[in-house]
Amino acid sequence: MAFLLLLPIGLPLLLGGLVLAPPLRGLRRYSGVISSGAILVAGIAAIVLGSAGGSPLGLGGILRADALSAYMLAVVGAVALVATWGGLRPKEAREPQAAGARPRGAYAALVCVFLSAMSLAVLADNLGVMWVAIEATTIATAFLVGHNRTRRSLEAAWKYLVLAPVGVAIAFLGIVLIYAASTGTATATLSWADLTAHRIHLDPGLVRVGSALAVLGFATKAGLAPMHSWLPDAHSQAPSPVSALMSGVLLSVALYSILRVQAVANAVIGPEFLSALLIAGSLLSLAVAAALLIRQRDVKRMLAYSSIEHMGVMALGAAIGPSAIPAVLLYILSHGLIKASLFVLAGRILAVEGTSAVAEVRALLARRPGIAVPWLIGIVGLLGFPPFGIFFAELGILMAGWSVGMGLGVAAALALLLVAFAALVRLTVGMVFGAPPAAAGSPAVAATVPDRSPHGPAVPLALALGAAAVIPFLAAPIGSVLAAAAAALAGAR
Amino acid sequence: MTQTSYAELIGVCAGALLLTSVLTVWYRSQRASVRALGAQGVALAALVAVVAIDRAEAELIPVIALVLVLKGLVLPWVLTRRRTPAAGARAGADHGEETMLLNPVAILVAAALLAVVAYAVTWPLVADSLSPAAHAAPVGVAMVLIGFLVLLTRRRAISQLVGFLALDNGIATVAFLISGGVPLLLEFGASLDILLVTLILVVFSRQMRTVFGDTDVDRMRELHD
Repeated sequence: MAFLLLLPIGLPLLLGGLVLAPPLRGLRRYSGVISSGAILVAGIAAIVLGSAGGSPLGLGGILRADALSAYMLAVVGAVALVATWGGLRPKEAREPQAAGARPRGAYAALVCVFLSAMSLAVLADNLGVMWVAIEATTIATAFLVGHNRTRRSLEAAWKYLVLAPVGVAIAFLGIVLIYAASTGTATATLSWADLTAHRIHLDPGLVRVGSALAVLGFATKAGLAPMHSWLPDAHSQAPSPVSALMSGVLLSVALYSILRVQAVANAVIGPEFLSALLIAGSLLSLAVAAALLIRQRDVKRMLAYSSIEHMGVMALGAAIGPSAIPAVLLYILSHGLIKASLFVLAGRILAVEGTSAVAEVRALLARRPGIAVPWLIGIVGLLGFPPFGIFFAELGILMAGWSVGMGLGVAAALALLLVAFAALVRLTVGMVFGAPPAAAGSPAVAATVPDRSPHGPAVPLALALGAAAVIPFLAAPIGSVLAAAAAALAGAR
Repeated sequence: MTQTSYAELIGVCAGALLLTSVLTVWYRSQRASVRALGAQGVALAALVAVVAIDRAEAELIPVIALVLVLKGLVLPWVLTRRRTPAAGARAGADHGEETMLLNPVAILVAAALLAVVAYAVTWPLVADSLSPAAHAAPVGVAMVLIGFLVLLTRRRAISQLVGFLALDNGIATVAFLISGGVPLLLEFGASLDILLVTLILVVFSRQMRTVFGDTDVDRMRELHD
């Protein structure tokens, strides 16, 4: 069954290599979709095998798929499928390539490497391998962020590639200290399965500092304030399918690594210390996101700040502890599906309207219902209305926080969430509703014939938004999968 | 090796690392900063060799070679390399004087303060240890902090990269002093990552020179809220 662990890592890498060969034009177009599909299938297969009662799949002490890893793998696959399938562009013309331009397949190849790195990050049974994979996601996405080669995308890529590796380097220092804590014992190890097993005695002082640095470092990748400053730039300047991947799932993969480090620390020094750190980061993220959403002028930056807001709530869930973890995991999936759909739609808005400025996109529902309707559904889900998963996940986290006596933090988070909610509603209403501008200047025909085309594949968006609305009601498979994943995090098996 | 000579050798290596770290901040010229960084890589390889002899670990031999080649030779070479003579002529200004936010004296005082902070923060963690190597670990933390200082006070792309790599050397120093390095697999993975990040940043700094005219990162101010 080791095949299941190698497939989601190896296949995207293989495809990434193949698409660089010039004759494989068709494959280049669909390489991301095929990779995402394979990751999703492998994730679901691992979940099914795990719930059948078998021991977690493992491979040489490097890869391991317990219930949590399998769930995260399925999330990576599902969100990536939405991003890559929904982001398929019209077929590229066969114009001759300009001298000095980047090879045609580079974009597709980097997306494949990116997907492979994320699979490795969630399947690693070792804090060190997980770290290498997280750093590899930065390397793969750096050129993707700078893909458009404009002044702005270059600026965003530079900030991203300086800040993210520095943050992740801090996480490396933390991992080194955790490793040093284990060298005092008989078996020096970085395997979190061993570190959380309570069998070995770790030096609490080193684990305390190490886990704090590791969480701080990975929080940079997860976009938690105050280390978030690269995020709105990178997510707004990257091509939309890449933004969808980064916002929808890369942030969650970073959060997953925080959860793993937290589990190690909880086993040694107890939960209070990291909990305080995460609550501070969470409330600060919510405050920053709420403040900057109010006066936001760009559609993609608006979505990026909304990601910071949602990561803040997820970090609050992580701080609350085991009772909130199932809700956090549901949150990761729902937010990923909805945010990826919205970024794909933002890319289509940018393509057809020629601008991503909120002020210049008006009366979308009357003019372009083909884009406005899914956009509106997605925003409703993002705002946290039922029946979408984000509603139930937020409710679960806030209730769990209340019941463990974190009422003050929960109340502060709720107040900040309301501000962000109001800001997002105001921006969306301005974009979507209203009458089309009077025929002054614009041809009258455009105002009278609404454009019903979705301007791209509609099926992945319908599937994603539908799934985000249906999933919370599937107590039978989903509920038990979430519970098993949360139990795996606590080291129950 | 006797315990005293081991402690002395560790002390010499740690001192060389701290000194080169301070030199990367102090030099105004980018070229000199990069040379100090190369010297730091060599000092780090020497430190690994001392640790390897003391622990009698054959596993560390490939690590010595890796550190020496990557941090002592390849990375400094990547930072100073010029693609074509024409580009080199244009880049002349970039490799020259760095505009600093602080004057050299203030920079040195700041570096000294950071070293004190590093000792104050790290000492409680390693005070119980009997190993002279662990007692030198605050040097690594000081190097990390000084790397941050370079990142924050330099405005040229390549100088910022020097800061990033000095920071990374500091983390490697802590790793070797406190636990005799990390597992080999992780060591190779981390080295590969650092090399790729550096290469990509060098490519970006070239694009920056084409697009903005030079590599002063303060020119990039279009994205804000």
